[in-house]
Amino acid sequence: MSRLYVARDPRVAARSLDGEMMIMSGRDSTLFTLNQTATILWQAADGITPLEEIVDQKICADFEVERSLALEDAEALARDLAAHEILKISDQPITPKNAGETR
Amino acid sequence: MSHLLQEVVAKAQKLNVPLNVHLDLTYRCNERCVHCYLDHDDHGEMTTAEIKRLLEEMADAGVFILTLSGGEIFVRKDLFEILEHARKLMFCVKLKTNAVLIREREAKRLKQLAVESVQISIYSHRPEVHDAITLLPGSFKRSLDAIRLLKCHGLKVIIGNVLMTQNMEDYPSLRALAAEMGAECTIDPTITPMMNGDRAPLSLGVPSDALRQVFRDGSLVGNVEEFCAIPAKAGEDDLEATPCSAGHTACYVSPYGDVFPCVQFPLPTGNVRRQRFVDIWRHSDQMKEVRSIRLKDLPTCSHCTHVANCTRCPGLAFMEGNMRGPSTQDCEKSFARTGAPSANMLAKRRAAPNLVQIRMLPAAMAQVSA
Repeated sequence: MSRLYVARDPRVAARSLDGEMMIMSGRDSTLFTLNQTATILWQAADGITPLEEIVDQKICADFEVERSLALEDAEALARDLAAHEILKISDQPITPKNAGETR
Repeated sequence: MSHLLQEVVAKAQKLNVPLNVHLDLTYRCNERCVHCYLDHDDHGEMTTAEIKRLLEEMADAGVFILTLSGGEIFVRKDLFEILEHARKLMFCVKLKTNAVLIREREAKRLKQLAVESVQISIYSHRPEVHDAITLLPGSFKRSLDAIRLLKCHGLKVIIGNVLMTQNMEDYPSLRALAAEMGAECTIDPTITPMMNGDRAPLSLGVPSDALRQVFRDGSLVGNVEEFCAIPAKAGEDDLEATPCSAGHTACYVSPYGDVFPCVQFPLPTGNVRRQRFVDIWRHSDQMKEVRSIRLKDLPTCSHCTHVANCTRCPGLAFMEGNMRGPSTQDCEKSFARTGAPSANMLAKRRAAPNLVQIRMLPAAMAQVSA
């Protein structure tokens, strides 16, 4: 698997509600909510840190989960969110424009 | 409202999070709409820095949906600086404007900033009717030109139409015009008293027989029979419900920093120039009082046929003198919709003095009177 970089799409609206992200798509105003682990991934998606590093530092360090399984799940989630234009994914670092502050 | 949004709102209410804030950036306006409830003078608007700080406080408090309105927001020279800050803080930004000042540059910038929607006030498909309401000659053309520009840039546009005596026949053609331009169209028959309590604008409200017809337009309300049916008797769960989102998951902030439960609910709860937004939201006695009210606590409305599905606005009730009382405008709407008088209407009928008294005068008195 090549290195995958993930960045929050600057067109979305987002806010944390009780530790879970509410995200509104900038494409069609569809509302999504992310569970706790998906929220961790989304908040760490700075476009510079590779996905596997995010998984190591933010998921495997805090949750009892096998690394390969966590990485597989994270990549599937990232691709799913990218399909909804919530995340951007690339095999190159992504320079964020107007990157939002997550709160 | 989508099921997911309902879940989010319920969670926010449980956690006491102000999910939705309406912030008026100014009361100044380039139009002078005949039904407007505002005083258009500037009595000391918040500065750019104050608004940016407020936005940060609101983001920290959990506000997600931010509606920026006025007055006319585009008369503020710092509008785009405020918008940039709001989007940096990842608010879902909705704008309300008359769009008269939107040109190519503004439309392009709004698209770049990914505002969620732009609601534009249009009162008729006929320029002369619209301009007679805004009292700004040429405003219809300029607003429509702006809608076309915004649509060209792929923005979601909602035409907001307030129904009143001047335009009540025009909404079907306006809806057709909106559809032709790819815009949504909302219709609201609510006319609000002035913020200073002057109720003169209410005389512009749609008469009840015309409102009755509007509520029987299937293209607006869907299933007319269902929409206009007299509701089933309210159950205990219905009476435990809160009247609306004001003070529960939503509030309003004026250009001067005053915080109210809603734009239609002028009960002062604090000022963000003196207090943190979150402290007003959580600790203001007035917010707590509004938040404590359940439908079962409304002395007249809790016994009303319409209690479970009335559009009763606690703010309009407050402007009538009692936030726990009925809102006469909403009683009239429920009556126009179903034909069943509200508890408030029945009580007023019982209390009304009999003004025509026909009584035989004793002959002697009759002679004196003559």
